[in-house]
Amino acid sequence: MSEDTPIAVTGLNHWFGTGEARKQAIFDVNLQVKRGSLTTLMGPSGSGKTTLLTLMGCLRDVQDGSVILLGHELNGADRTLNEALRRRLGFIFQAHNLHDSLTALQNVLMGLQVHGPTDRQAQYGAARHALSLVGLADRMDYLPANLSGGQKQRVAVARALVGNPDVVLADEPTAALDRESGMGVVRMLKKLGAARGTTTVMVTHDNRILELADRIVTLEDGRIVRDHAQPPD
Amino acid sequence: MSGLLQWLFGRLPIGWLQLTHSRPRFAAALAGVAFANVLVFVQIGIMNSMATATLKPYGFFQSDIMISASDANSLSEGGNVARQWLFQALADPEVISGTGLFIATVNWARAPSSLALTTYGIDPTLRQFLSPELARKSASLQLPNSGILDMFSRGLPRDEAAAIRPQTPTSFEAAGTTLTLYDTFQGGGGFGVDGYLLVSDQTFLTLFPKRSSAAPNHIILQVARGADADAVAARLREAITDKSLRIRSFAQAAAEDQSYQQTQRPTGIIFGFGVIIGLLVGVVIVYQVLSTDVADHLSEYATFKAMGYPQSFFLGIVLEEALILAVLGFVPGFLVASGLLVGMKAATGLPLAMTAGMAVIVFIGTLVACSVSGAIATRRLALADPADLF
Ligand SMILES: Nc1ncnc2c1ncn2[C@@H]1O[C@H](COP(=O)(O)OP(=O)(O)O)[C@@H](O)[C@H]1O
Ligand SMILES: [Mg+2]
Repeated sequence: MSEDTPIAVTGLNHWFGTGEARKQAIFDVNLQVKRGSLTTLMGPSGSGKTTLLTLMGCLRDVQDGSVILLGHELNGADRTLNEALRRRLGFIFQAHNLHDSLTALQNVLMGLQVHGPTDRQAQYGAARHALSLVGLADRMDYLPANLSGGQKQRVAVARALVGNPDVVLADEPTAALDRESGMGVVRMLKKLGAARGTTTVMVTHDNRILELADRIVTLEDGRIVRDHAQPPD
Repeated sequence: MSGLLQWLFGRLPIGWLQLTHSRPRFAAALAGVAFANVLVFVQIGIMNSMATATLKPYGFFQSDIMISASDANSLSEGGNVARQWLFQALADPEVISGTGLFIATVNWARAPSSLALTTYGIDPTLRQFLSPELARKSASLQLPNSGILDMFSRGLPRDEAAAIRPQTPTSFEAAGTTLTLYDTFQGGGGFGVDGYLLVSDQTFLTLFPKRSSAAPNHIILQVARGADADAVAARLREAITDKSLRIRSFAQAAAEDQSYQQTQRPTGIIFGFGVIIGLLVGVVIVYQVLSTDVADHLSEYATFKAMGYPQSFFLGIVLEEALILAVLGFVPGFLVASGLLVGMKAATGLPLAMTAGMAVIVFIGTLVACSVSGAIATRRLALADPADLF
């Protein structure tokens, strides 16, 4: 089951705040994501896309309902399990959050070293490879301050992908990129899905990306209002 | 450096890279740690020199037990002791000899400034109570109104001190008496005094006619070979009828004097506080640097959390930074403090010096203080919530 369905969400509800201010953001969401697929989440601002993504990525505790990530129930998961699962994910945030004192290459290495000290040569090799994939072969030793916004975002993408994650969760990753590199990143994710079975869930408004998606899920007011599988091209 | 640390940790030395990313901030942090180190070093140096100075005069005498007045916290403080107790003490089978020790200050009025000399009066024929050096030079003390002087007296030119020999004595006027100095001995390093002077008990009573031979400042005793001074002292406390007297082994009296100087006297307390303040300054500076550093990198730390780095990883970074600051701040602090102590020694004549023991203790203290600051600073890490990143 978890082999083919790395993410299974059932009867998920989520609230923010307490007492008077308590407000429900997710209402009875059910979602099964197929391995190797590229799913996009759409919907107006405030519809709960980010909340759903953080719940699926064990960045936020599940309050009600069930999220099974890579075969593990997240409702009631402890910190150790959360940390172990996070190491199998790749996050791409809207803000790149690169460490300003680390070079591009060192930032990408951080995506590998979370798995513990392994062969150093191999780590550097993998990090260089990931940076070349996002077209930054000639910027490896630059500090973030000396990279453009798009370049920084591509470093963040390389950092998310270098550890061969099982699942990639991305929140508007192309917002800060020009159209060309945005499309490049998404095509790469799609290729990884085909080659390694990497599953991607991505929040986006970009129409051209929608064309590449296997499935488009639309949220409104915390509910799934449309769930539309695209025929493979 | 970065490569070495990476090899050491088996991971990128993020703490090092982060600290050195902003050179001015790094330099300021190191200067702060170094400054705290200098403060602590100088205070400890002064405290050590006080201890040396306190113990110095005990080394002029050889004694096993000292009988003092109840308020005699140090050699030169407190009331007198009636000589009659000497005879009660001598009744103990293991007490083989004893004598009175007289102490007062003699002023040698001279240009450009006069010398305040702590003066000890003792029977010069009882040479066994004097240190070997003093015993060797004590013969001249049997001449009336003679003395031997501390060659390291503050304000006394070295060549002038060296010129004082039995063949070429020098004299000065004190309290209406002409005192002749026949020799010098190695004293020095007095804290509240300029130097020391040794005279016979007879000369002492001439200099201080109001003092009585029946009431010395202390009675010092020697016990039989192989006897335990503490046990004999305990027995004397039982035997001697005046229960208000302090009867202690000579070594214990010296140790209690030292702890009195450090914990009861204002100077000792002030320098003790100086050490604590130096430590606090260090802790505060390092905490400030580290917690600012954490606060400035909250979203980066949150990103690392999202990537699955455990709490121990973040503690490791902050401790790495703390230890780097400790080690690299210690080096200049040590060098500056060593220089300062040399300069202060030259200026004051106090036995101020950097010792290996001090360096080790201050280094360990720096490591501990920096680690504590780091541990406190990591509390801010809790604010890095990866759920806020999207
Ligand atoms: N940390 C939070 N605290 C309180 N309310 C929140 C928080 N995050 C999101 N919300 C609320 O939850 C709802 C969904 O937000 P979000 O998941 O960010 O939507 P989207 O990503 O689709 O724009 C919104 O009404 C938002 O105001
Ligand atoms: Mg959002």
